[in-house]
Parts: sequence; structure tokens; C-alpha cells
Amino acid sequence: MTRRLIAGSIAILLVASCGGAGAPDTDRVELLVAAAASLTDAFGDIETAFEDAHPGVDVVLNLGGSSLLREQILANAPVDAFAPADVAIMEEVRAAGLVRGSARVFARNTMAIAVPAGNPGGVTGLDDLARPELLVGLCAETVPCGRFTHQVLRRAGVTAQPDTEEPNVRALLTKVEHGELDTGIVYATDVREAGGAVAIAIPEEHNVTTDYPIAIMSGTSHPETAAAFIAFVLSDEGRALLNRHGFHLP
Amino acid sequence: MTEDQDSIRKASRRSGGRSGTVRRPRRPPAFIAIPATIGLALFALPVLGLLGRAPWRRLATLLGSDLALEALRLSAISSVSAAVISLLLGVPVAWTLCRYDFPGRSLLRGLVLLPMVLPPVVGGAALLFALGRRGLVGSPLYEATGLVLPFSTGGVILAGVFVAMPLMVLTVEGGLRSLDHRFERAAETLGAGRWTVLRRVTIPMIAPSVVAGTALTWARALGEFGATLTFAGNLEGRTQTLPLAVFVALESDRDAALALSLVMVIVSLAVLVALRDHWWRSR
Repeated sequence: MTRRLIAGSIAILLVASCGGAGAPDTDRVELLVAAAASLTDAFGDIETAFEDAHPGVDVVLNLGGSSLLREQILANAPVDAFAPADVAIMEEVRAAGLVRGSARVFARNTMAIAVPAGNPGGVTGLDDLARPELLVGLCAETVPCGRFTHQVLRRAGVTAQPDTEEPNVRALLTKVEHGELDTGIVYATDVREAGGAVAIAIPEEHNVTTDYPIAIMSGTSHPETAAAFIAFVLSDEGRALLNRHGFHLP
Repeated sequence: MTEDQDSIRKASRRSGGRSGTVRRPRRPPAFIAIPATIGLALFALPVLGLLGRAPWRRLATLLGSDLALEALRLSAISSVSAAVISLLLGVPVAWTLCRYDFPGRSLLRGLVLLPMVLPPVVGGAALLFALGRRGLVGSPLYEATGLVLPFSTGGVILAGVFVAMPLMVLTVEGGLRSLDHRFERAAETLGAGRWTVLRRVTIPMIAPSVVAGTALTWARALGEFGATLTFAGNLEGRTQTLPLAVFVALESDRDAALALSLVMVIVSLAVLVALRDHWWRSR
């Protein structure tokens, strides 16, 4: 019996020590920011600039489709600040009581048609998305990019013939960039970032303007740092970085 | 398996397992039991979590939806196709790797097993670079025939073969390796030709590992997600298999996602449990 107990305690100790080994350094604050995939490059710059200004803070970006991020937050992922591509997504998180304080809109975007360099499909406008011989990609309707895309298509009266519905805008853009797709609708800012893709403007009467909100999550253990990060995003420096990546400012 | 063989196996198990080992005790000592319990809990808890949240009452309705039926149909077609192709290609690969000595064999074996450890997304991207419309092989293929593999059901099957075939190679190679050469030699000395030895000795003896390999390959292809999404995209009725439908539905209709997940867990578990004997025997 004693032997069993000893062996058991050793096993438990082993498990416990494994858990302890990865414990974070207490002086350093790790700030987990969940942000829309379309913010990838802009928030990368903001992360660097913010960390330079706050040496004790390590900003960790969780970038992905806003709906996926929402699901993670609704499942109580330890997120400190959230910046989805759609106010409707933030509203759902707020309705679940997970937003601390209120959300602020910090950037705006529009949609654009992306084609690979050289435009092999000869795409000139939204009508071309209905051409069955082209390989057309759209964002899945479950993510904001997809919802905005469908608004644009509805306004233009175009029934697109998609060959794939990608789960986030960056996945879609990559396939256009590599020429695997002839065209797709993405955020205007995304085409600016993309090396191999070219933007074709969508006429203003068909286009939509999207708002990016940001808020502190109620589950945060670093509310001050999260507030400082959001203040930085809304500051002149943050706005300049967003603007450099093509975002419109509220 | 004939009834005779079956009863012999049962008898041998009753008498204390195969190859004359002593009867296995029923309970491990605590220093094994405790970590083993934690380890098993790690596997069991997610399944229990799924079962606990599953929308049992609405299950029939949810699985009868167009999205679910299309995904079920597509998954059935693509996973079976992937398993059949893996069988046709994987057994010769295993045979080559096991029975022939040639320079670079270790490298080739590593290459074959790579998809097992590679993140499937990386595999999907690699497939795109090789077989995409602008890919190494895909580009001349497209110019010559107009064939585009990505965004097609063929692409789904290809992604499935890529990630699942290593299981076939591994299992069949294991079977070939443990096969006693003397049986084949004996048949030869008794005057059997090459074809007869293959048909009457080798194939029957590695059959359990081929069956196990096929089932494992099928189960892996059924669960394939990352390479499929990256290489074949996601379109209902064409490339949206069960795992992709689950992924999309998780963000819009969680109950539908859970219902589909449940189907996958039950089907896969049934296959793996049924397989246990074959898998062990091939080892």
C-alpha cells in the first residue's frame, strides 16, 4: 500500500511539475489580442510600435476569421482585447456579457476585386464573378468578409459562381495571389498588401464601408495594459500605421 | 476469416494469449495505472464533451439538412476513393521499400512518411505548388488538358491520398517485415512459381495488415481537413467534406456542427475498434 502511495505521489508530482515549468514570468505582461485576419499587417506594425513603447509588455496576436475568434471568445478563451472586422460580431460578444466597457470603432475598410498579376481571366468588374469558366473564390458567408461580399453582389445584382468559399480573407487572397483563382472579393486593404495581386475597384454605389471595433474583454487579467493598447490603436501613431496600410479612419 | 481460424484464436486467447506467453494480469500497478489513467482521460474527455453537448433530439433533423447530406455524400465518395487509390499505390510502395535494397531507400521511406508528421496545411500548400494551376506539374497539365485539380472533388481525393497513404505503407510494410521468408522459400522449393507464391502464400499472410492499412487510410482520409481546405477549397457539394462542413458550421450553426462531429466520431471509432485485432496482429 505504502509503495503504491509513493508511486502515486511521484506520478502526481511529475504531472504538477510539468504544469509549473511553463508558468509565465510575473514581471512581463502577456497581452493576448484577437484580431481580424484583414488586420494582420497593420496590427503587426502596431504590435511592434506598442512593444517598443511598453518594454514590459509582450503583445500576442491571434489573427483569424472574426467569426472563429468570436467562437473562441464565447468559449472563454483568455483574450484581453478583441478587434473583429464587423461591429455585428462585437455586438454578439457584448450581448454575451464578455465586453468590458464599450467598443470603439478605430478603422474603416471597403471591398475590392482582387485578380492575380496580369489578370489572366480578363476581369473588369463584378459581372465577371458570374462567369462560370473563371475560377472564382469568395469568403464564406460565416465570416464578415463573406457577409460584406454578399451585400456588394446583391447591390450589383450579380449572382456569383464561386468555386470555393474560403474561411478567412487571407486564405482567399493567397489563392488569388498565386494565380490558383482568377478572381475574388477581398478587403481593399488586403490587395494593397498582397505582392502578387492587383485590385479592381468596385463602383461606390455597389461597395460597402465596414467598421472595425475594438474593446477590452471582460475576462482580461490585465485591464490597464489592454486599455493602453486600445488607446495606442486610437492614437495618432496608431492611426498613422493603420492609414499606411490603407485603412480609412473614423 | 473462417470459423475454424476464429475458434482457434479464441481458444489460444483463453489459454493465455498467443505465442505461449503467460496470462495477462487484470490490473497494472499504481505507478503505471495513475499516469495511464491521466493519459486515457486525455483521450476520453473530449469525446465525452462532444457527447454531452450533442443535440440528440434534433439529430435526425440536423443530419437530414442539405448541407449535412451533401457533406456525408462527398465524404463517403472521397474517403473511399482515397482508400482505394492508397491500396493500389501504397502496397507496391511498401513492397518496394521492404523487399528491395537500393541507394536512397531510407530517404524515400522518410519522404513517404512525411505527410504523417507534416501539418496538413503545409501538405495542402505543397500540393498547390506542385499540382495547382500554376504549379510545377499542374501548370503543364493545365495547358495540355485544361484539367484543374484544386477546387474539384478530384483535389479532395488527392489531398486524402497524400495524407492517408503513409498509414497504408507503414502498416503493409510492417506486415511484410514480420512475414517469415521461409514460408515463401518453402513454397518455391515445392515448385511454386513466383505468381503462385505471391497469390497463395504472401498475399494471404499479409492480408490482415492490408485490411488494417486500408481501414486506417480510409479513416484518416475521412477526417482529413487542412490539406483539403488549402488545396481543394471549400464549396458545398463539390469540395465541402464532413470536416469542412463542421468547421464552417461551428461558426454559424453549432448544433449542426456537433451532429456532424458525432457522425465522424461514431464511424471512426467503430472502424478503429473493429480493426484492433488486425492492427495488433500486423505488429
